[in-house]
Amino acid sequence: MIVRIMGEGQVEVADSHFPELDTLDDDLLAEMESGDGPGFRTTLHALLEKVRELGEPLPVDSLEPSELILPSPDATLEEVRELLGEDGLIPGA
Amino acid sequence: MSGVMKRMGMIFRAKANKALDRAEDPRETLDYSYQKQLELLQKVRRGVADVATSRKRLELQLNQLQGQSSKLEDQGRKALALGREDLAREALSRRAALQQQVTDLETQHQTLQGEEEKLTLAAQRLQAKVDAFRTKKETIKATYTAAQAQTRIAESFSGISEEMSDVGVAIQRAEDKTAQLQARAGAIDELLASGALDDQSGLAKDDIQAELDRLSGGTDVELELQRMKAELAGGPASQQAIEGGAQRQDASGQQQSTPRFDKQ
Repeated sequence: MIVRIMGEGQVEVADSHFPELDTLDDDLLAEMESGDGPGFRTTLHALLEKVRELGEPLPVDSLEPSELILPSPDATLEEVRELLGEDGLIPGA
Repeated sequence: MSGVMKRMGMIFRAKANKALDRAEDPRETLDYSYQKQLELLQKVRRGVADVATSRKRLELQLNQLQGQSSKLEDQGRKALALGREDLAREALSRRAALQQQVTDLETQHQTLQGEEEKLTLAAQRLQAKVDAFRTKKETIKATYTAAQAQTRIAESFSGISEEMSDVGVAIQRAEDKTAQLQARAGAIDELLASGALDDQSGLAKDDIQAELDRLSGGTDVELELQRMKAELAGGPASQQAIEGGAQRQDASGQQQSTPRFDKQ
């Protein structure tokens, strides 16, 4: 599955790794919903690190659509919450 | 999967689709992107050319310096041959200064050569990427065009099928209506036959009805006959009695008289 880390590019992660990533991803969502800023940052970094470790980077000029998208490492809880809000990533779009 | 990854992916895709929908033609976007890549490649190539020019200039300088160095060496040798050691020393010291410059320039030359090789390699890689992108772009454009055509075909097919279903509905309606009319006609026939519905035309008088008419007509004649007989025989009291009796006789006698008529 192709995963994009915003601001970094795309990596291809084998499907067998997803149960591991899902756990972190679910934790991340829970921390975001509960407003646990420090927890969110730690989990986000752990998740990104795992994706980088398990994934194979895709060439920059490749035109593959991303199936999953992850926030950039410096994204804050509020920013991600805003991204996932009703207005979406491009306000008014 | 229900976490942040999935949700962000869904939002992105939705937005990307909207953005694509808004774009006049994604093929133009691809061409634009390719154009930008070509410009980048052009810049890298210009960089390679600049570095190569600098390298050549350095090589010329080096040749000049080496020429001068050889000349000074010759001059020193000649000076020594002529017994002018002071001149020879001067020539050799100048040559030593030149040699230092030559060494510096050679270092610079090596650095430039390394840079040039790296840039050439980068340009080659970029060229390969741009070529690959061009191929991919053309494939995507062709796929997009084909998809557009397919959509158009699918649309016309669905249009045709809609029309066909309209025709189907019309046929169905016609069939229903026919069946309804047939059923109604059948029901009317049955009602008419059973006598529950009067035949307004008066044409469809069956034999039973004709017989009944005849019977009631016959009864009237009998009644009339008896009334006239009573008038001739006496007063209105007896007429009433006769009428009452006639009525009773009519009520009971009709049933009795019917088989008599039948038998006659």
